[in-house]
Amino acid sequence: MRDIRKVFNGGVTAVDKISFEIREGEVFGLLGPNGAGKTTTINILATLLKPTSGQASVNGFDCLKEPHRVRENIGIVFQDPSSDDLLTGRENLDLHGLMYGISKAERRKRIKSVLELVELSDRADDRVKYYSGGMWRRLELARGLLHKPKVLFLDEPTLGLDPQSREKVWQYIEGMVQNKELSILLTTHYMEEAERLCSRIAIVDSGKIIVEGAPKELIKGMGGDVVKLKTGDADLAALKSKDYILSVEESDGYLILTACDAKTTLPEILKLAGRVESVEMRSPTLNDVFLHYTGREIREGPAEGGFGKRMMTRAKRR
Amino acid sequence: MSVMLGLYAMWLREVKVYLREPSRVVSSVFMPLMWLIVFGKGLGSTISIENMSYDVFIYPGIIGMATLFGSLFFGVYIIWDKKVDFLKEVLVSPLSRTTIFLGKVLGGITDVLIQVTILLMLGPMLGVPMTPAKMAMAYVVVITLAVAIVSIGLIIGSVMESPEGFGLIVTFVAYPLFFLSGALFPIENLPFWLEPFIYIDPLTYGVDALRQIILGTGRFPLTISYSILLGLAALMVYIGTVAFDRMKAY
Repeated sequence: MRDIRKVFNGGVTAVDKISFEIREGEVFGLLGPNGAGKTTTINILATLLKPTSGQASVNGFDCLKEPHRVRENIGIVFQDPSSDDLLTGRENLDLHGLMYGISKAERRKRIKSVLELVELSDRADDRVKYYSGGMWRRLELARGLLHKPKVLFLDEPTLGLDPQSREKVWQYIEGMVQNKELSILLTTHYMEEAERLCSRIAIVDSGKIIVEGAPKELIKGMGGDVVKLKTGDADLAALKSKDYILSVEESDGYLILTACDAKTTLPEILKLAGRVESVEMRSPTLNDVFLHYTGREIREGPAEGGFGKRMMTRAKRR
Repeated sequence: MSVMLGLYAMWLREVKVYLREPSRVVSSVFMPLMWLIVFGKGLGSTISIENMSYDVFIYPGIIGMATLFGSLFFGVYIIWDKKVDFLKEVLVSPLSRTTIFLGKVLGGITDVLIQVTILLMLGPMLGVPMTPAKMAMAYVVVITLAVAIVSIGLIIGSVMESPEGFGLIVTFVAYPLFFLSGALFPIENLPFWLEPFIYIDPLTYGVDALRQIILGTGRFPLTISYSILLGLAALMVYIGTVAFDRMKAY
């Protein structure tokens, strides 16, 4: 997509000139805090929203001029559940197959195989109403794959899941891309998710792409180790003047330094850091990359309502 | 071919969901039955209209009423689809908005026909003379009326955000349509200034057509009232496809 902008009624700019390209067979991640514009970006690519300006295409089809062709080529797993909970898992999949014009014999075959992939075969004939959040997500992953899309969009695929379910979903996603027939665009605000699954990521904040690259490269690009200090009276000027100190950030009352070869330079850093209450030294993570480029940390708190809230809406349905 | 599969998918889902909740079927048949038995028999013991007992007179009216309420309130399910995000799943599929709309209309008609069939089966028990030919013609009228009114319900649903708001608006629309249609009493007896409203009420023609078919009496010739219903159905389907085309996913 190129120069995509989306301004909502009321003047909120959700996406501000975002451009990126996804290669065939790769997992591309949009990493950023809640409200960064990740879901809006996916919705534009999935033809659910029209961009205010800019141009987007999927598998060679223009999202504005040929939305029909785009829709044939994509699968999507929404952030919120979107199955019919009065129907069984199998019925939801069958309905999906019908909507994509798949023949009966082929539907039966594919449903069997995607159910096996997400390990839901033995619960397939239960109503979705009785599924747990993790099972629900797995069903929708299976559904997204059923019509063999070229590009699969995953919007926060593990939001609100417990650690075991998250691990499972990660394994399925890793399995999906092994045959390289599918490209995946996923959004997440979980660092470890982006680090583990994505071959390339774009860090998004306030509707803009801040930096783009392979997670390992971005981390390596930090050029040193991270030293996190709790101190009140550090000599900031002196620290900044040292050539082995690459950056100095303050966050949450902590002083976060990026330093070359911290194992040997740490004693010197401590001398300049004043009265140190605690010190932590580690290799940098994507979180440090994000902090470095935005001056803020991604909050890994619960997202705005999201899955849980939707489950409550469902309980009241009909 | 894939359009037919798509229509089938939309229809199948509505019917499955409808039949999976017996309370929906029971409650939708319960209200017309209450009118027919309690109101019809209760009032019928003291009055008769055009030489027939009151419960027989209102029988076609109650079938029209079941069609009206069942059809109009069907529109609420498009709002539920928005609320639970099932609509997004449908909108990102290759199905055209027209296919989605028509599939929903077919689903709505099927819901209504299930209710109406139960009422039609009860006719002979209430002493209404029914024949297979009458039944067949009544179905044609009910289907045409249902196409028009399911479309109206879906159009309202496509622009509304909450089921509560939908309920308010639709109740506000449904009751005047019902009372002015002549379902419960001959419309000749209403004050003259209500007359324009009677003529713009589509249910007037539905009830009159049903009464012509079932009881052989009515205000307008069957061809006239049926033509009006047919025209209305065509118009509403057209507006409905436009409304669905414009419907936002959010």
